[in-house]
Amino acid sequence: MSEVRPKIIGARVQRVEDPRFLAGVGRFTDDLKRAGMLHVAFRRSDEAHARIVEIDASMAETMPGVVAVVTAKDLAAMVTPMRAESRMKNYHATTNLPLAAEKVRYVGEAVVAVVAQSRYLAEDAAEQVAIEFEPLGELSDPEAAAAADAPLLHEEAGTNVIALREFERGVVDEAFASAALTVGGRFRFRRKSPCAIENRSYLAEYDQGKRSLTLHATTQVPGIIRDAVAEALDMPGHRVRVIAPDVGGGFGGKSSLYGEDLVVCALARRLGRPVKWTSDRLEDLVTTTQGFDEIVEAELALDAEGRFLALRSDIVGDIGAYSIYPWTCTVEPVQVVSFLPGPYRLPHYRGRVRAVATAKTPLGPYRGVGRPISTFVMERLVDMAARRLEIDPAELRVRNLVVEEEFPYKTGSGLVWDRSGFQECLAAAREKIGYAALRAEQEKARADGRWFGIGIASYAELTGIGSRIAAAPGMALNTGTETSTVRIDSTGSVTATFGIASHGQGMETSLAQVIAEELGVRVEDVEIVHGDSDGQAHGTGTYASRSAVLAGGAATLSARIVREAVVEIASHLLEAAPADIDVAGGEISVVGTDRRLTFKELARAFYSEVGRLPHELRDTVALEATKTYDPFFGTTSSATHIVALEIDPETYGVTLRRYVVAEDCGRIINPLIVDGQVHGGVAQGIGAALFEEVVHDEAGQVLTASFVDYLVPAAPEIPAMELVHVETARPNNVGGFRGMGEGGTIGAPAAIANAVTDALAPLGIEIDELPITPERLFRLIERARQNR
Amino acid sequence: MSTTQRISLTVNGVAHEKDVEPRMLLADFLRETLGLTGTHVGCEHGVCGACTVLLDGDSVRSCLTFAVQLDGAAIETVESLGTVEDLSPLQRAYREHGALQCGFCTPGMLITTIDMLKKYPLASDAEIREGLSGNLCRCTGYEHIVDAVRAVAKARTGTDP
Repeated sequence: MSEVRPKIIGARVQRVEDPRFLAGVGRFTDDLKRAGMLHVAFRRSDEAHARIVEIDASMAETMPGVVAVVTAKDLAAMVTPMRAESRMKNYHATTNLPLAAEKVRYVGEAVVAVVAQSRYLAEDAAEQVAIEFEPLGELSDPEAAAAADAPLLHEEAGTNVIALREFERGVVDEAFASAALTVGGRFRFRRKSPCAIENRSYLAEYDQGKRSLTLHATTQVPGIIRDAVAEALDMPGHRVRVIAPDVGGGFGGKSSLYGEDLVVCALARRLGRPVKWTSDRLEDLVTTTQGFDEIVEAELALDAEGRFLALRSDIVGDIGAYSIYPWTCTVEPVQVVSFLPGPYRLPHYRGRVRAVATAKTPLGPYRGVGRPISTFVMERLVDMAARRLEIDPAELRVRNLVVEEEFPYKTGSGLVWDRSGFQECLAAAREKIGYAALRAEQEKARADGRWFGIGIASYAELTGIGSRIAAAPGMALNTGTETSTVRIDSTGSVTATFGIASHGQGMETSLAQVIAEELGVRVEDVEIVHGDSDGQAHGTGTYASRSAVLAGGAATLSARIVREAVVEIASHLLEAAPADIDVAGGEISVVGTDRRLTFKELARAFYSEVGRLPHELRDTVALEATKTYDPFFGTTSSATHIVALEIDPETYGVTLRRYVVAEDCGRIINPLIVDGQVHGGVAQGIGAALFEEVVHDEAGQVLTASFVDYLVPAAPEIPAMELVHVETARPNNVGGFRGMGEGGTIGAPAAIANAVTDALAPLGIEIDELPITPERLFRLIERARQNR
Repeated sequence: MSTTQRISLTVNGVAHEKDVEPRMLLADFLRETLGLTGTHVGCEHGVCGACTVLLDGDSVRSCLTFAVQLDGAAIETVESLGTVEDLSPLQRAYREHGALQCGFCTPGMLITTIDMLKKYPLASDAEIREGLSGNLCRCTGYEHIVDAVRAVAKARTGTDP
């Protein structure tokens, strides 16, 4: 009976997508070849902010194999540039040209596209393009760029402050005036690159007969790109198809529209031949949207018992050269100000954020978006207060984390936390790591003169957000719905089609599990179609920890309808009441009898053996259902990370000794996948905390354009992790799932910053800048020693 | 413009004779000339390890190797391992332990693992992590990869590393 049947949701199912990747027969965009395919190489700006005086492509045009050399002037007639519009006040959209015209705004911006018969020949010719630049003013420092007399990056905006948002809830200054203690600081989180191991690649094909365009793209958001290409190239949506085949990681870096998308599409249409561009790593490190670049001044007020009273913040986000499409430049910095109060009871909050344009690669969403920074700052403030109050940092969190009776809790920035295990995660993490014993171990290490530290970070995030909340304030895009179509075809096979685009998350498995359980089939019986803009009328893709919640919800709803249809049809065929029909494991049976049907037999009877069913049935029943799901608000995921680490007194390298994550992501679909997402998220957070930094010099030159200089952590830098899954009351969204794709990255930088500070407490050092490289540590420690 | 040179080599046991430009990378030769797209290119400067293949039994970066160097060589790529229908024990271990997510770095990881298993005792997790240190994975945080390699190393020696 169904009560004792093993559950498919929650089972550690091996992933259905794995065999093709393991056998080397996955299909990534750059694996695709077409007859007559041409290749694009870009000549990019080597200046950060400069006027284009002259472009001389005469040499390139005569090079072997060159088919076309294209500049902004040529492209103007083919492509309407896209602008990321928003209803947000004090926001200035930028004009995002696929190829720079008149001036360049960052090193790496594409200026000339060279089309040739092979990538080698295209790159040869691109090298021969000569561009004369006249340097304009330096715009590398975001605070200098925000000044009234700074040179302007976008003259039409009239300011480099591309967006400004401020708000106040409660009576902040009064609360500060009455406080027993205030702590504060100026915090700096340095710019990161998402660094998916697969570089970006696009292949456009134009069918001249049907006047239709197909773009294969390394994208997380094929539906968004389809809409953008249709608009930019002035084509109806049904003649534009965007397919994300296998995609080798994204982490936010493949969730925006790029100029290269539009260039290959325009050239394929103009030349009537397939056109491909594949980025190399140097290009990726200077053109793929970057993340996490903020300066945060923040102050926390507490009473004598350590209760948080009020918070104030002033944030400058360095958004780089353009406000990216479709998210706008606000997507990252506004999240920092919004999420700063964290999972704490904090009634009074005033925040201000300025998004400032600089001559750097555009900033975009990167795993965690804003919250790694807000959590870093808030959790540092909590630890600073704990030290001043001489309260254990875990205990101070217990006093201030929102408790069960307080949910739903409206934060000082207006976000609403739904029931989530804030306190439970902290308690579970402490228990897992053996907190008291670890503190005793630290005592001993400290007595031996070792730099041994323990750091805690608690945070909450909104995942699977619905239509009530915009991914970025005021943007015109609805990211709050996803649609699923579940269909049984005439062979009895089950296909489910989605608008999401899995690129490592294993959604082909997770969604198959959901449908298998709801419909009554086996996981291997369900084919998941995703990553194709033709799949659904509207669908925005996979980002922001949304796919399990939104697509999982839609899958549940549509599968339930099809199951009802199966039961109704089977009740005719098996001559039994619908209530007596059971569907499980791909078989339909009458309970307590040996009367049964396979899906194949049912489908044949329904579609082909027309006499076996009343003909009216086909008017009312279909073996196909499409449902859209909107969780409206979304779900609250939360976690506590605790790390124990040690600093080498000779190399100033940081070794992570223990790493515990206790997280509440609601009902788990597949623990194998959830664990992997946490591991991967934490590894990126460790990179953000200790290694990764995009460095520009004052002139805006990029100093980290290779993996030799931009340090992505390898296996020895990442510790074994201990995970605890806390499941408190399920959220009331369909399925009860919460999102958990990003959380690991949110908690790790804060926990590590607190642990390094803790390790260096004897020297009185407070970590206020990430990453904590050996060089930064050395300087901090030397300065502390000199000041003693 | 460019002259080509003839090379004879075997790839996954199949003999090939091809004319190649001296500047053609092995990675491009495999992917473009032979259509073996299982070998992936992640950085083209020898750091990420996604393009790792076996050259006469030793792991090499195919993005730092020119095809023209390989006259008489034997190359093995991910396509020499098991198939979708019949995965090798190593591939099965990767799957069982969740050692891949997007799958892009996976071919290089598998080839590196084969080389490690052949050459090193892999008696501790630290040694396994050191062995994997030339291959970047941005998805898994390495933990499940270490689990998979440990399981295969253990099965090989019959001892717990």
